[in-house]
Amino acid sequence: MAVPVRTKSRRRQQLEEAALYPLDWVEERSGLVGALKYFLFRKVPGDISWGHTLGSATLTAFLVQAITGAILAMYYKPHPDTAYESIQYITNDVTLGWLVRGMHRWGASVFIILMFFHMARVFLYGAYKYPRELNWIIGALLLILGMFEGFTGYLLPWDQTAYWATVVGVNLQGTGPFLGPFLVNVLNGGAEIGVDTLSRFYSIHMLLLPGAIFALIGLHLWLVIRLGVTSQPWSPEAAGSGEPEEPRPAREGLVRPARSGGSE
Amino acid sequence: MVEPHGPEQQPHAPPPSLWPVGFAVGVAVLLTGIVVGWPVAALGAAIAIVFGFLWVRDLTGPAAAAGREPPPPVGARPATEAGHALPLADEGEIERFPRARFLEGATLGLSGLIGGLITLPVAGFAIVPTFVGQKHEDVDIGELDTFPEGEWQVVTFMEDPAEGEVSRRTAYVRNNGELEGQPSLTVLSNRCAHLGCPVQPSGLLDEDASETVETSNTVVTRIPATPAAFTCPCHGGAYDLEGNRTAGPPVRGLDRYEYEIRDGRVFLVGAYSVGSVQGEGKEALIKRYDLMNPGLHVDGPSAIMYPIGPRR
Ligand code: HEM
Ligand code: FES
Repeated sequence: MAVPVRTKSRRRQQLEEAALYPLDWVEERSGLVGALKYFLFRKVPGDISWGHTLGSATLTAFLVQAITGAILAMYYKPHPDTAYESIQYITNDVTLGWLVRGMHRWGASVFIILMFFHMARVFLYGAYKYPRELNWIIGALLLILGMFEGFTGYLLPWDQTAYWATVVGVNLQGTGPFLGPFLVNVLNGGAEIGVDTLSRFYSIHMLLLPGAIFALIGLHLWLVIRLGVTSQPWSPEAAGSGEPEEPRPAREGLVRPARSGGSE
Repeated sequence: MVEPHGPEQQPHAPPPSLWPVGFAVGVAVLLTGIVVGWPVAALGAAIAIVFGFLWVRDLTGPAAAAGREPPPPVGARPATEAGHALPLADEGEIERFPRARFLEGATLGLSGLIGGLITLPVAGFAIVPTFVGQKHEDVDIGELDTFPEGEWQVVTFMEDPAEGEVSRRTAYVRNNGELEGQPSLTVLSNRCAHLGCPVQPSGLLDEDASETVETSNTVVTRIPATPAAFTCPCHGGAYDLEGNRTAGPPVRGLDRYEYEIRDGRVFLVGAYSVGSVQGEGKEALIKRYDLMNPGLHVDGPSAIMYPIGPRR
């Protein structure tokens, strides 16, 4: 090509090399830089929409919860005698505590609402169909775990609302046929809410569930990358909508199979 | 590698259809109808049936059959054809010796065994303690003489003083006088039979006459009251003075505490669940069951869903 090439000065080249050296070092040993680049710059349908950003928005909301939660845990004391006071302390005395607690509390609702919006997008676009059924199933598990996060987190402020809402919630789950009565004991850590319940909920809320959610998000994203995202149902390229137009070059590769069958 | 595209390719599934959405709306209206009233439910059922029929017709009709024709080989290809994430080992590539196979099995088996050995006690630690040792001490709530005949008292106590505030419970106690020479008490638990909220006495509480006394094993607060009924703040469950459900979502009557009189003192020695009560006061005939969690039916057809439960 006859594009005039501006050669870089030697000095500049040296600087760039020095700056890139750590990245190259990591890349040579792990391939992770290439993987990240592939993830960020992978090909998607040309007529992708804002609706497709809801999954990433949910992910962002989850990360905000993980980070603010980890910081709240530095001040929160999960014991019946101290939990309520430590929450008051976080809200009223710790510098910016009100902000971090507020982010975590409101962020919880945002996370759940975004999950539903994302799910609605996937449902209305028919994006759960072959071959993405498995990702819908993983998503459904994420939804359940996410709601369970909300349920276990709600007890932690240990005020009257928290206590009685949890009594009602646990007993509600206890009405499940056959196994319900046993579930109550497992959730409460005993026949009724007692001294062990709070720390039990805390452990589930901050260790068990987030770990499981992180793992499932990893699987979820792996499938998104492997299968590509769908275009909208009204896209002229969508399956079943009649004569497709000439495929755009942008779809060559991941989303539309390249002739060779790989994803180059 | 997944969506079939391009002129030579066939769609994998029937074209997108709106019928399932209509069907879902119908089901939603039907469920709303269960709460709101049967005309709405009937409307929902009708919508669901019509759209369900259209949907099924779409899926089974000739258009769908055409869509299900196996696509030409170059068309929709299975997702795996684009290559596995990791290259699969070629069967012939690895020469396997009996010893290799043995080591393979031993490695997997040992890993499984170690995993199991770790998981079992950990899972047991998380679950078993929640079922054992759930009984607590009998609770002394004071002298029988201090419960005047025919009057209600709101009695608050700690079921297990070592556990502290979380074990605070409330009972509504009425002395019914003597029956065949034995003292008779009505001791209702305030745990709502719907989902466990604290049921309140509907009537005046004589807070001024409230007293807090230390008994032989706990601290008891007692407030004289003149309730006309008991009601629940959470979802409007209501009970009469014998604990029979009169309104709202509870599935049975209020639980009762079992009591014993020892040296003139009243001890609460356990609790039991109640289907319903006939008669009142000392003449009451109580349909009595093992203590069950709130929300569980003790009688009627729904009770078959809860044949067994943790014992207390
Ligand atoms: C922790 C919660 C979740 C996170 C972080 C998450 C994240 C994502 C992301 C980033 C994508 C990429 C495409 C897009 O953004 O639309 C995606 C796609 C997808 N998600 Fe989720 N998701 C979550 C929950 C769910 C739920 C509850 C469902 C449904 C039950 C679901 C089903 C799907 C499906 C089927 C796709 C593929 C869509 C396509 O290929 O167009 N996800 N998810
Ligand atoms: S808990 Fe009492 S009515 Fe629901």
